[in-house]
Amino acid sequence: MIRLEARTSTPAWFNLGLPLLAIGATLVLCSGLIALAGAGVIEAYGVMFSASLGDSYAITETLVRATPMIFTGLAVAVAFRAKFWNIGAEGQLLAGAVASCAVGAIPMPGPLAMLLMAVAGAAAGAAVALIPATLRVKFKVDDVVSSLLLNSVIFYALMALIEGPWKDSFSGYPISPPIEDSANFPGLLEGTRLHLGVVAAFLAAPVIWFLIARTTLGFRIRVIGENPEAARYGGIHVERVLISTALLSGALAGLAGVSEVGGVHFQVMSDISPGYGYSGIVVAMLARLNPLGVVPAALFLAAVMTGAEAMSRATGVPAFLSDVIQGTALLAMLVALLFTAYRIRRVGTAK
Amino acid sequence: MNVVLEQIFQVGFLAAIIRIATPLAFATLGEMFSERAGVLNLGIEGIMLLSAMTGFTATSLSGSLWLGVLAAVVTGALMGAVHALFTVALGLSQHVCGIGVTLFSSGLAYFLYRLIFGQQSVPPSIKSFETLPIPVLSDIPVLGPAVFNQFSLVYMAMAAVPLAALVLYRTPWGLSVRMVGENPRAADSAGVSVIATRFQAVILGGALMGLAGAFLSMVQFNAFTFGLVSGRGWVAIALVVFGRWDPWRSAGAALLFAFVDALQLRMQASGLGHIPYEAFLMLPFIFTIVAMAVMSRNAVAPSALLKPFRREER
Repeated sequence: MIRLEARTSTPAWFNLGLPLLAIGATLVLCSGLIALAGAGVIEAYGVMFSASLGDSYAITETLVRATPMIFTGLAVAVAFRAKFWNIGAEGQLLAGAVASCAVGAIPMPGPLAMLLMAVAGAAAGAAVALIPATLRVKFKVDDVVSSLLLNSVIFYALMALIEGPWKDSFSGYPISPPIEDSANFPGLLEGTRLHLGVVAAFLAAPVIWFLIARTTLGFRIRVIGENPEAARYGGIHVERVLISTALLSGALAGLAGVSEVGGVHFQVMSDISPGYGYSGIVVAMLARLNPLGVVPAALFLAAVMTGAEAMSRATGVPAFLSDVIQGTALLAMLVALLFTAYRIRRVGTAK
Repeated sequence: MNVVLEQIFQVGFLAAIIRIATPLAFATLGEMFSERAGVLNLGIEGIMLLSAMTGFTATSLSGSLWLGVLAAVVTGALMGAVHALFTVALGLSQHVCGIGVTLFSSGLAYFLYRLIFGQQSVPPSIKSFETLPIPVLSDIPVLGPAVFNQFSLVYMAMAAVPLAALVLYRTPWGLSVRMVGENPRAADSAGVSVIATRFQAVILGGALMGLAGAFLSMVQFNAFTFGLVSGRGWVAIALVVFGRWDPWRSAGAALLFAFVDALQLRMQASGLGHIPYEAFLMLPFIFTIVAMAVMSRNAVAPSALLKPFRREER
């Protein structure tokens, strides 16, 4: 007989092993869909791999794609560490995009514009995240639902802007005016789309890791997540830490929007984020809420996204496979996390 | 302002409200059953989309509308079972699983649709249901043609509201659902299987979300488009809270939202007013968030919502 037994400690290799197990299970499960589409599984995954990581240009495209998801992944990881259930990274990203676009359209010296764009975008994201956090602290409102619903509010606010005052008066398209050329993030490598935001994202991960693992605020964030009662007993102002967590999380999600506006699109449109905020949840879970793990997790999703388009062209398997992979990976990771709480034990059959 | 008032009392306007409210009513009742049993189902957005796709596809291939509705309901129930497997049987976190179910189902819906129908310049459509006038009642002026000359799925939604209230408040199963949502420990002591009841409620909820999806692709649009659900699942989440987890109030909330939405569409069409239409679309979300803040004083949410039940843990 097999039974589940509570586990008291988890071996260190789980940090790497569980995400790999989840990703492996996901790829196996999704191979059924490739076969259903009448393509060779090995061939399809092969094209996916070579088109996203096979040559230097492909790698740069994957890096560009991973950037917003590193930011939203960090945002979700920080929030979930404190058990602040921020499902609103999508809205916070959009708020960051709008704010940075508004600032970027003002003529001023380039470096100053970029700095102010980042500040404005982070502030806008933080302001949005502050709403569910305040409601939870002051009114005991469930943060899952309030942060989720805010996504729709922000989305419609963005639509009202780009279909109203920001609408392109020449073409009539619902897109915002572009930011100043001087505010465009500098490219890093000729012939690629690598931009300043990519570097910022890769630097943000270790910074956030340091903040969580080595600073007082990080310690408090972890404690209020793991044991709020003990935290309160230990003299930590739980509410205040929760608000700080929300501000940090929202600011990170806002930076995802800044980076997309300043480095990729240079303006705001309705589909500026194909769900990067929700992908952030997948990334954070795959990373086991570890800020350093966010980078490889975001790279994995980005590789799947860039690879899926090429796979679709080569084999005819719909590119939407990447969305299925995302959802499956999240669910597989959740199941894999059960192994951190329980272990499977074989016990003698009971008479 | 007079023009607005005139338009409100038109048959077409009333009928539009009913049609907008129908999928929301199904979805809201579905989410309500799930939440009353203590399980938040954020998979709703994706479940509606996947059901809309399977319903549309089944009808498109078989030519039978009711077979399509059945396919959508079965799809919804299946995805409900998947969500229950993760959140009830395995006790995993409900909000993250829900997002996972939504990402998975939407991805699968798009994937399968593209696989079956390919990329066509004009999306395939189906011949939708005909309206079914109810004798005598449909002859009532204004109200008759708007309310009683509707599609059979609309009548089903109208019947579903009192039926849901009856099941929830007047049957032993409804009592079990409320018990496992409020106090699973007590329900367990009273001999109610918490796991089984939650499974049933989430599956029933999924089936209702399936009906919502079926209405969208088979009645409202007669086609499956990529923005088909476009946040209606999230609206339903809001309406459940706004309707205080009660079938009548939730349905009322759905009607109210449909009224605002229909009004917004009219104002857009007539070029009236300078308020951007997005302001109206935001309203249900803002109202709900404010309502949650006000209501929390006399907390009405099921107490065990979001809390997994493990018998051995005390």
